[in-house]
Amino acid sequence: MPKKKIIAMLLAGGQGSRLGVLTKSMAKPAVPFGGKYRIIDFPLSNCVNSDIDTVGVLTQYEPLALNAYLGSGQPWDLDRMNGGVFVLPPYVSGSQGQWYSGTANAIYQNIPFIDQYEPEYVLILSGDHIYKMDYAKMLDFHIEKKADATIAVLTVPMEEASRFGIMNTDDEGRIVEFEEKPPVPKSNKASMGIYIFNWKILRPYLVADEADERSSHDFGKNIIPNLIGAGARLFAYNFSGYWKDVGTLKSLWEANMDLLGSKPEFRIADKEWRIYSKSPAMPPHYLSMDSNVKNSVVSEGCVVYGEVKNSVLFTGVHVDKGAKIIDSIVMPNAVIGEGATVTRAIIGEGAVVKAGAFVGAEKRPEDGEYDTKLTGDITLVANTVTVPEGKRVPVGMIVQ
Amino acid sequence: MENAFGLIYTGDASMQLRELTFSRSVAAVPFGGRYRAIDFMLSDLVNTGIYNVGVIAQKNYHSLMDHLESGKEWDLHRKRDGLFVLPPFVTHDNTGAYRGTVDAIRSCLGYIRRSQQKYVVLMGSHTIYNTTYNEMLRAHIGSGADITIMYNREPDYDMNEQFDDLRLKLDEDGRVVDLALNPARPETELCSCDAFVMEKSLLEYLVEDAFAHARYDFMNDVLIPHVKDLNIRGWEYKGYVARLNSLNAFYRHNMALLDKAISRELFSHEHPIYTKIKDEFPARYVGEGSAVNSMIADGCIIEGRVENSILFRGVHVAPGAVVRNSIIMQASDIGEGSVLDHMILDKAVSVGARRTLSGHGSYPVILRKGSKV
Repeated sequence: MPKKKIIAMLLAGGQGSRLGVLTKSMAKPAVPFGGKYRIIDFPLSNCVNSDIDTVGVLTQYEPLALNAYLGSGQPWDLDRMNGGVFVLPPYVSGSQGQWYSGTANAIYQNIPFIDQYEPEYVLILSGDHIYKMDYAKMLDFHIEKKADATIAVLTVPMEEASRFGIMNTDDEGRIVEFEEKPPVPKSNKASMGIYIFNWKILRPYLVADEADERSSHDFGKNIIPNLIGAGARLFAYNFSGYWKDVGTLKSLWEANMDLLGSKPEFRIADKEWRIYSKSPAMPPHYLSMDSNVKNSVVSEGCVVYGEVKNSVLFTGVHVDKGAKIIDSIVMPNAVIGEGATVTRAIIGEGAVVKAGAFVGAEKRPEDGEYDTKLTGDITLVANTVTVPEGKRVPVGMIVQ
Repeated sequence: MENAFGLIYTGDASMQLRELTFSRSVAAVPFGGRYRAIDFMLSDLVNTGIYNVGVIAQKNYHSLMDHLESGKEWDLHRKRDGLFVLPPFVTHDNTGAYRGTVDAIRSCLGYIRRSQQKYVVLMGSHTIYNTTYNEMLRAHIGSGADITIMYNREPDYDMNEQFDDLRLKLDEDGRVVDLALNPARPETELCSCDAFVMEKSLLEYLVEDAFAHARYDFMNDVLIPHVKDLNIRGWEYKGYVARLNSLNAFYRHNMALLDKAISRELFSHEHPIYTKIKDEFPARYVGEGSAVNSMIADGCIIEGRVENSILFRGVHVAPGAVVRNSIIMQASDIGEGSVLDHMILDKAVSVGARRTLSGHGSYPVILRKGSKV
């Protein structure tokens, strides 16, 4: 098989449990985002736009939606004769077989896949983030610094730094210490979970880590500290631009809201850096005579008879007469019935909000106590669930 | 899978389409916000289970080739069969310019011979509908017909737009007893939908025979003279048919998509219409931007007002601009404060600030591709 300079390994096995019922039947990278995309479209499109044509996608949790979505890789131009996109689930070999027990273990189990291409470099990505990034520039930096490993970092506000994995660097940008969620951070350079390794260097570390019974087989906790401890050359690559971890319902909602307005926080419509996705073959959207759509993103296949403000409608959404959707995201093929109201909510794929229902209504004493740990002030209707006619769903509740 | 292949003739443009077909074949005419006419023919065939399709290109076929590429968007990028674009070529007995449909079909007899299916669905490229041919094929085989013509009822047909208007007279059995092309006073409302089913061996024979007698038009020289000696039958299609035979018709049929029943029929869930994917971001409504009774494609940015209009992909309507009763094709830009009424803007037209452009319902005005106002 022809050699590759660089291949990417995309960790897509995460359950994304903080996304609650949204990830009940699909892995987090398959969660819809931005009207017509799914989270995994961003790292995949970044790869293709950075001239990386071989991507292993490591799946484990609820892989069906993701497998079906990726198909041959054609929407991302990753249906290649040499390379392309590969779904890599855990497998049984001989009498042995095990689930991916950590990020490093997942890569370890796929050493034979990587070895086929004899790559000089391996790019490790996660399928949890929304961003546009040119990995080719990061690779140039890696080569220029003669690094053994390069970690992309984002400067975060100092007061938030203790939520992240923090890289402490010297003047040259070389990483001298890595601290996972330090209570008193020394720096505000947060790891984005994007690594480039020289494969020759990473490979023995993966093998050694696998043999270490005390290890949790994690890049952040084990591999990176081990490399630093051994005096390897690790560099921090500064990324500036939009980057959002959409791991919580609130951040998923916010990241969608970041697409609105004349100067959106995050501009996906970029001819130089297109984000590719699988097209559902639907006609352009239709707004009726009585509709009232303001400051919103509306995708193909939508039919709107009601009012939509500050919201993102995904493909194939139907909004009936007199319905109101405000500050919300409505995922593919959901139906909002006549006179229904949806405010500050996430409506899952294929969900139905029946006529006169109110999702995101003000909380009343009779609503009783319910857990809002995951939701905060966002109300969530799970995929394919029906909210009955006239039903009040108070703020922060999850309908499943 | 059906035991049939499709053959689409794309040289059938009506002169009355005016600027729309100056630089493209009618098959490549944009329709319905994100499609081109040929998307309907290809999707109808694929939804039927026909995966061997020849597209006879004639003139101005660059934009057609550009659109079709390898055929993968229609699932026609195949090892066995798939999409075959058949451009004109010059040989010792062929000048490269076709004298008519017969000539065009004859030039691709090689493709027809290699096709392994027994039946052929022969189609033009200016008649749009959403159906599958399964029933028509069953009817053709069951009736023992030599040729089956798909038709629909066109009671209010505008004679000024007459183009390839083939009228059928049927007997009680559904057999064609008379065919008239572009009659001055049609005696029947049964109008061919430009789709014909027959055995490929019959097509080969009819084409060779007509050519040998210096006859070059499929309808005039093949169908009409054979009404008596061939068993030609009609098969009625009851759905919506959009004939792109004039600029007015083009305008009317696009606007008809704002009718829910019609757009549901042409874009049915069971039979999706496939087209080339552009990977545009969904449409954005920004600031005071709004739209009513309109069909708006991905990639549009609406900052002004849009009413009763069809906007193709990537159209920008600047603040204060008003677009009414208009069809705006891909990547056009309407400047601040401009007002458009009953206009057709071809691709990449740019209208500056504070311009007023207006046609009329009876005569929509078209601005050519790439024009600047």
